[in-house]
Amino acid sequence: MSQQEFRTGDTPLPDVVILTHKLTRDYDMGSEMVRALRGVSIQIRKNEYVAVMGPSGSGKSTLMNLVGCLDTPTSGEYWLNAQKVSDLADDDLARIRNKEIGFVFQTFNLLPRADALHNVELPLIYAGLNAKERRARAAQALERVGLGNRMDHRPNELSGGQRQRVAIARALVNDPSILLADEPTGNLDSTTGLEIMALFRELHDSGQTVVMVTHEQDIAAQAARVITLRDGLVATDQLQAA
Amino acid sequence: MPFFEAFLLAIQTLRAQKLKSGFSLLGVFVGVASLIAAWSIANGVNRYMTEKFAQTLYGVNTFQLRRQPMFTPNVPDSVWRAWRRRPRIRFSDAEAITAGLTVPAVTAWQSSDRVSVSYGNKESRDIDLTAASERYFDIKNLRFALGRPFTGEENRAGTPVAVLGDAVAKRLFTDRTPLGKSVRIGGVPYRVVGVVEHQGSILGFPLDRFVVVPALSPAQNLVNPPGILDAFLVKARSDPEMREAMSQAEGIMRSRRHLRPRQDNNFVLDTSEGVQRFWAGISGILVTVIPGIVVVSLVIGGIVIMNIMLMAVAERTREIGLRKSLGARRRDVLRQFLAESTAIATVGAAFGILAGIGLTIVINKLSPLPASVSPASVVLGVFMGAGVGIVAGVYPASRAARLDPITALRQE
Repeated sequence: MSQQEFRTGDTPLPDVVILTHKLTRDYDMGSEMVRALRGVSIQIRKNEYVAVMGPSGSGKSTLMNLVGCLDTPTSGEYWLNAQKVSDLADDDLARIRNKEIGFVFQTFNLLPRADALHNVELPLIYAGLNAKERRARAAQALERVGLGNRMDHRPNELSGGQRQRVAIARALVNDPSILLADEPTGNLDSTTGLEIMALFRELHDSGQTVVMVTHEQDIAAQAARVITLRDGLVATDQLQAA
Repeated sequence: MPFFEAFLLAIQTLRAQKLKSGFSLLGVFVGVASLIAAWSIANGVNRYMTEKFAQTLYGVNTFQLRRQPMFTPNVPDSVWRAWRRRPRIRFSDAEAITAGLTVPAVTAWQSSDRVSVSYGNKESRDIDLTAASERYFDIKNLRFALGRPFTGEENRAGTPVAVLGDAVAKRLFTDRTPLGKSVRIGGVPYRVVGVVEHQGSILGFPLDRFVVVPALSPAQNLVNPPGILDAFLVKARSDPEMREAMSQAEGIMRSRRHLRPRQDNNFVLDTSEGVQRFWAGISGILVTVIPGIVVVSLVIGGIVIMNIMLMAVAERTREIGLRKSLGARRRDVLRQFLAESTAIATVGAAFGILAGIGLTIVINKLSPLPASVSPASVVLGVFMGAGVGIVAGVYPASRAARLDPITALRQE
């Protein structure tokens, strides 16, 4: 795809949501240095639907952690929404995670003791909203994923697909710039997995930028663009027909 | 996340884990309960000693001229023997002081011993017989249930009349009125003119087993050798006037006994101060020992809470990772766990306060101590509880706050 060459010192174009430039991440494992990322440069525009693939050890989890602002790179730049986040401090990263990123995990990661509504409210608590507003927005998000009638259910009273929907509602509730999904169908049967993929497509159609890590070919096929990593570098980056 | 929010969350977590929370607040509970109960007891002892004990034994603004102090805890034998060698107080000493005092004061003579008192074929043994002058009742603040005190004339004339304590009247006369009847003391009949109101007891000693007769009545020979007094009581109108009267009495006694300036008094002017000093010492011990117990149980409580919180952090590592990925900052996580440990400790303290108040009520009911809960101890209890929670929570909470979200999320 045609992308403008980015050089150190530049700022990304306005419609580029994610820009990484020569991103590296080394892990000091004591006896040896593991170079998980060895210079990844990608650009993702607003309302793209991107799947990140690669065998285990290829660095896709590391890239997700960096893109999700859970980790900081060893070197290189990371721009999120025209803001350089690669050298932000801990608390600023927390704010970015809260406002800009919606995580969807393979294992859902819902609080077992809290009902669906409260689970979805969590990001809004850290955003500092008052209880009334939180409840209204959480309810709205749950309705958006089709769980308007399950708000007071706890995770163990919901099916796997419903739990992942709650998690998606939680990811969406703060209107994030990117929806970041890590193997979102990995713990679901194939039918339910397809339902969740349909939901992702729907969200993408309504303007949401989606980045998804997966190792399943047919799940990746849902995305408009597939980036493949190998040995900490981008191996392929191609658009595919919808 | 505002602190109120964190506190609500903490209460929810506590309610979800009732048993664990119950155990973890036990230490603080015991600490605060013992603090409040001990404080109440100390208060009760103090009030009991200063109000009831001292005033019953001595009377307000009253001093007693005696050979030796009435209340003598922990006195070595040598001192005791020295006291026994002193000259006794004589009627003439009392008369000289009465004549010499310029401060307005009420005075009375007093001599006591144990005797038997009988009426008909009934007998009361081991009764405290007091030969006293008529103002004795005023000084001791004794109120009459029946009849009257004996008069000055009766006292001077040595008329054989008697005032009975409540227990003696009940024992000898049951339901009948004792007034006008004659009781026998040392073989001499005494006409009962009055009965004193029920006094109760003090430290387990009954206060109603007494008979008071005029100082110059025949019974004076049962209590002391002729012309000898146990004590001469002087009651002034106020504390400064009492001090003045004491120094006048001291001067009179020293000159009567020809003491040279360097010689010590060979008599005492005894006030309730001695008793109060003694009890101040005892409550001083309470005040130093009890905080020890309280501190120990609070420290144990704090350690328990710290361990529970460390367990909670370990158990909920994934939750912490999730919260961080959703935008919780370090201080949010810190606050959450601090609020939790503080909530545990505060709830423990609240139960402790209730238990302490309950204990105080029980003590009040079952013992003569007028124990009362001090508001200061309640305030202190609340603050100590919350303080223990915060101190015990800091380390676990900071560990939670420092967790790396990626590692935390990956944990099973």
